[in-house]
Amino acid sequence: MQVLLSGQGLSCERDDRLLFKDLDFKLHCGDVLQVAGPNGTGKTSLLRILAGLLPDYDGELYFQGRAIHDDPDIFRENLLFIGHQPGIKLNLTPEENLRWYQSLYHPANKEQIFHALAQVKLTGFEDVPCYTLSAGQHRRVALARLFLQGAPLWILDEPFTAIDQAGVKEVEQLIADHAKNGGGVILTTHHNLSLPTELNVIQLGQRQQSETEQT
Amino acid sequence: MANDKHSLRVTDKYSPQVISVSSWRAFTGTLKRDLLLVFRRRSDVVNPLLFFTIVVTLFPLGISPESEFLAQIAAGVLWVAALLATLLSLDSLFQQDMADGSLEQLVISPHPLAVMVLSKVLVHWLVTGLPLTLLAPLLAVMMFLPDEGYSTLFLTLLMGTPTLSLVGAIGAALTVGLRRTGVLMTLLILPLYIPVLIFGTGAVISAVNGMAVAGHLAIMGAMLMVALVMAPLAAGAALRISLNG
Amino acid sequence: MWKTFVAWFHRMGSPKWFYDITGRWIPWFAVASALLLIAGTVWALAFAPEDYQQGNSFRIIYIHVPAAILAQSIFFLMAMAGAVGLIWKMKVADMVAKSCAPIGASMTFIALFTGAVWGKPTWGAWWVWDARLTAMLILLFLYFGVIALQSAFDSKQSGARASAILSLVGVVNIPIIKYSVEWWNTLHQPATFTLTEKPAMPAEMWVPLLVMVIGFYCFFGTILMMRTRNEILEREKRTHWVQGLLSKK
Repeated sequence: MQVLLSGQGLSCERDDRLLFKDLDFKLHCGDVLQVAGPNGTGKTSLLRILAGLLPDYDGELYFQGRAIHDDPDIFRENLLFIGHQPGIKLNLTPEENLRWYQSLYHPANKEQIFHALAQVKLTGFEDVPCYTLSAGQHRRVALARLFLQGAPLWILDEPFTAIDQAGVKEVEQLIADHAKNGGGVILTTHHNLSLPTELNVIQLGQRQQSETEQT
Repeated sequence: MANDKHSLRVTDKYSPQVISVSSWRAFTGTLKRDLLLVFRRRSDVVNPLLFFTIVVTLFPLGISPESEFLAQIAAGVLWVAALLATLLSLDSLFQQDMADGSLEQLVISPHPLAVMVLSKVLVHWLVTGLPLTLLAPLLAVMMFLPDEGYSTLFLTLLMGTPTLSLVGAIGAALTVGLRRTGVLMTLLILPLYIPVLIFGTGAVISAVNGMAVAGHLAIMGAMLMVALVMAPLAAGAALRISLNG
Repeated sequence: MWKTFVAWFHRMGSPKWFYDITGRWIPWFAVASALLLIAGTVWALAFAPEDYQQGNSFRIIYIHVPAAILAQSIFFLMAMAGAVGLIWKMKVADMVAKSCAPIGASMTFIALFTGAVWGKPTWGAWWVWDARLTAMLILLFLYFGVIALQSAFDSKQSGARASAILSLVGVVNIPIIKYSVEWWNTLHQPATFTLTEKPAMPAEMWVPLLVMVIGFYCFFGTILMMRTRNEILEREKRTHWVQGLLSKK
């Protein structure tokens, strides 16, 4: 299988604290990779490094075999990152929120946006301001981007936060489908993932030797 | 399309349309979104204008209501008040985006961050600088500005307030990650505003005294150009730092 | 392996190198600045001729002018060090920039204070809105902004980068500010006596001034190296070489 994203010798030190050192990993097309570890071991930092938000690291990242810093735009066009905050404007409706996101990537028409919102069980909420929605529904609006953007690489930081049990099942199914179609997913979560596909794990916060891929 | 080779297609299921990303579309998309947000919270537009009016009112009350005296300080008072109103409204330029996570989405989007910053600054100017410019001649009446000064006051504010918004965006970007920002941002930005203040006020005084103002306006235009080119870059770099503060 | 080693060495090694090399330079700079400052002061106060207009009070320029020159050079150096730190992510450059700020602010303050002291006998007032003094005052504000921003961030690295951007913006602005203040000054106070812009200073006057300027630069170099070394020890206190240094003493 083709390698989608890989990292070599990643080290991150934040304010004199070494989070991880000499981390190598490979994410193939069709892989789901979970970054696991106790609180404060650098899971979010690693995801932010991979997404290009945190520049303070050593080592090299490759997207499809090419160093990302050589051509960051190719990487960014193909990335969908959802962080801790869902990135939803409370004074806008779900449709308007998604329309803005799609203006950054590929434009979507009303039908496509409504379809995506229906997929995350927000039918009937398309036109109400987001401040009337719950935290779980905000997260669902953000997750609707997974249906719209068409990006092969997903980086999801705690995607199940505030989502009910049925919703977790749906998102798991979504991730599994994406992998089956040849996409790659990197995520952190405290849920026990139950995926039909094989789950790879990067374990942080243990001794150096065990911090390797398990493909 | 040149960008087609960039977009890696996993399956057709995930790529509804084969249209490459465009920074212009991202610019207008962000512009529309921010204007819509302002429209939903109209009080945010009114507050700087009220502040501007109140500050101008303080001067006759605090110093002297004599028309001759007020005419002398009118240009300076209007400019200082416009400058402070712009500065205070800039505090929140990136704050909301930082809090709700859409700022990091802007930073990782496949567009130059400076372009995105420019879009946000343009919205800020449209809802703050431009109304201030339009309101200033009315307040100038209350300050007994001589008739010769009106057009110059309007023109200098029209050219000066975008410079203030642009330079102020650097300060807003530098402080957006911090817990308490208000006073610090003022401390960082006010010294940088001094040239705009000097030439803006100077031009109005020259006009009142019947002297040429083309030179002043040219310098203000040059300052606007420098700010237009450099401020979005500096603010973009500052935003990347603030995200990891 | 070799590549990571080089990267590691570059990152971790250079503060140590800087610490060692400046340790050897400091005595020389300290001695040079002491000699120059003593020689310059004695020369300026005792041997340089009186000014025909201002008498002895003009002698304060031997402090005022070097301090004013330093104040501007230090801001420039601070911005350059900040740029190096931003672009090449060099830790030592960040520390140099951080050490520059308080020294530069002090120099600006000295220039302002001596300007005021000089103003009293010359203009009859402690403060006059002279172009040069006003520009110095704004420079002091810029220094305060940089210092305030440095300490506002929790992370030292982010504080260093943010203040580097601010000082670069400041460097672009300083010429604009100076120009606008000078223009403003001619508008409001045409043709008053300005500091230091004498038609022609005789050699007996400017040679001691030059000595003082060089002395000030050496003094600045000494203080900068000492402050940066402290900063290095503070930031690198967990590394082996600092631990070793501490256990030796």
